[in-house]
Amino acid sequence: MSASGLSIAAPREKVASTGVFWLGGFLAAGAWLAAALVTTLLPDEIEVGRTLELGLLAGAIAGVLLLLAIGSSSLGEAGLKLRRTAPWATVLALGLIAWEWLTAKSGTLPLPFFASPQGLLEVYLEDWPRLGESVLRSLWLLLSGYAIGAFAGFVAGVALGWSKAIGYWVHPVLRLIGPLPATAWLPIAFFAFPSSGSASTFLVALATWFPVTVLTWSGVASVNRNYYDIARTLGASQSFLVLKVAIPAALPQVFVGLFMGLGASFSVLVVAEMLGVKAGLGWYLQWAQGWAAYGNMYAALVVMALMCSGLTTLLFRGRDRLLAWQKGTVRW
Amino acid sequence: MVSTNSATSTPVPGMAVGIHGVSHRFLLEDQPLPVLDNVSLEVAPGEFVALLGPSGCGKSTLLRLLAGLDQPTEGRVLGDGEDIQAPDPSRVLVFQDPTLYPWRTVQANVALGLEARGLLKTHGYRVAEAIRLVGLAGFETAYPHQLSGGMAQRVALARALVNDPRLLLLDEPLGKLDSLTRLSMQGELVSLWQRSGLTALLVTHDVEEALILAQRVIVFSPRPARIAAEIVVDRPYPRHRDDPHLVELRRQALSVLGLEN
Repeated sequence: MSASGLSIAAPREKVASTGVFWLGGFLAAGAWLAAALVTTLLPDEIEVGRTLELGLLAGAIAGVLLLLAIGSSSLGEAGLKLRRTAPWATVLALGLIAWEWLTAKSGTLPLPFFASPQGLLEVYLEDWPRLGESVLRSLWLLLSGYAIGAFAGFVAGVALGWSKAIGYWVHPVLRLIGPLPATAWLPIAFFAFPSSGSASTFLVALATWFPVTVLTWSGVASVNRNYYDIARTLGASQSFLVLKVAIPAALPQVFVGLFMGLGASFSVLVVAEMLGVKAGLGWYLQWAQGWAAYGNMYAALVVMALMCSGLTTLLFRGRDRLLAWQKGTVRW
Repeated sequence: MVSTNSATSTPVPGMAVGIHGVSHRFLLEDQPLPVLDNVSLEVAPGEFVALLGPSGCGKSTLLRLLAGLDQPTEGRVLGDGEDIQAPDPSRVLVFQDPTLYPWRTVQANVALGLEARGLLKTHGYRVAEAIRLVGLAGFETAYPHQLSGGMAQRVALARALVNDPRLLLLDEPLGKLDSLTRLSMQGELVSLWQRSGLTALLVTHDVEEALILAQRVIVFSPRPARIAAEIVVDRPYPRHRDDPHLVELRRQALSVLGLEN
């Protein structure tokens, strides 16, 4: 019979790109140049310093965009991808101008509650050692707790889905303790554990554990029974049925659990660092607020957003690699 | 039983099948639901027998008993004279749904049986053989969602054949295919069976398919399934649908099923 049934994945849609030059790139470069000019040439209503650096930065971005606009056609595939970013690059520059105008130039949004762009830049240029250390501390706490919770949740979920005896004992515990927000354990955890760091690791692990357990369990429980029958008739052992049938079949659900667990672990991380741990981004936020250093707070928030988004991206990348056989999944 | 030399590539004769007074019941909301009623049947090694009957009459249950996936409530099922108590790669089942593992490529799906028994290292070459046998060479790295229904069912067949089975249990394997694919795969099933010499049991509710493929057609009553008639199809292969003898047999089978005109 013919082989015409094989569907070939549709090639990624090519962005309509006419002309050698990237017109959107010129527009974006112009917008960034305007931002640079507004920043450097207009006088500051509120003096914060670092205005010149901000202007130079915006000017540098404008220069890079200009070079890309001229040369993007020689960059091949990457150049085509780049062209899609033009509207965002332009809007970001316009946003920067508006923000700059409302804060530093006109003072409509006053200090200390609102920070100007150069104020943020100043934080990054001057307080980066402390901010960097906070990021590392947060990452370490988050990743160690998340790894423990995800592993424990995965094992518990597989066991629940596979063994009736384990289900009998674990299910009631899961039902009672699981839905309780991990942060409710905070007061107990801080005196039950030898250090606030280990207490926080436990809480992050607990917050991750619950969704990973439930979704792994539901994934294993909903595996097509015929998959097992097929494997059994072909001579599969129990361990083969678990490792090579149940777990791969459940993986799409497991990743939903890992995603939800990651979200839960972020919120526990921040709360734990605000309340007990003397390091990390949550602590930095708290500390900045205590000193009314709102610029530092905004700067830390931006870093935190980048960190959380980056970790989520990593998780999705991992999923895309492992579950390449799936079709029609959400792109992060 | 003959020792399972199912991993060798020498052709093995088909398995003799005995079904002795088998009755089977399911529990449905604590009520026993009889599905098989005192079924007895002998199948000679290398024979192709079709089990024909209305949908849901219990034919598929009989195949599950033969595969060793379930035990009969009463009676005995025998493979080469020995009680069938557990699944074994010498008796393989092909379902109506291909039930390929979506996370495995064609090649990895076909290799499933060898991998499960730890024979992949020594007998891995059989995977390519089986894929070639069902005409899918070149599709080794495709994933199931990229295959058409007919191709997926061929992969399921290759996954069964790679274990060198001696009894092929076919549970309406062509039931979900379009009619053209179905016709060509009927011909392929026959030539595959003729070449391999294995015993084949085909469950179907398609009278014509049963008569085209099988040497003997066992007609079942509605649930609980009893053997209502046995039709011997003594015609050479390849058979033709408009063969007057087959047309006459078809009329007979339909009348047993109560569907005459």
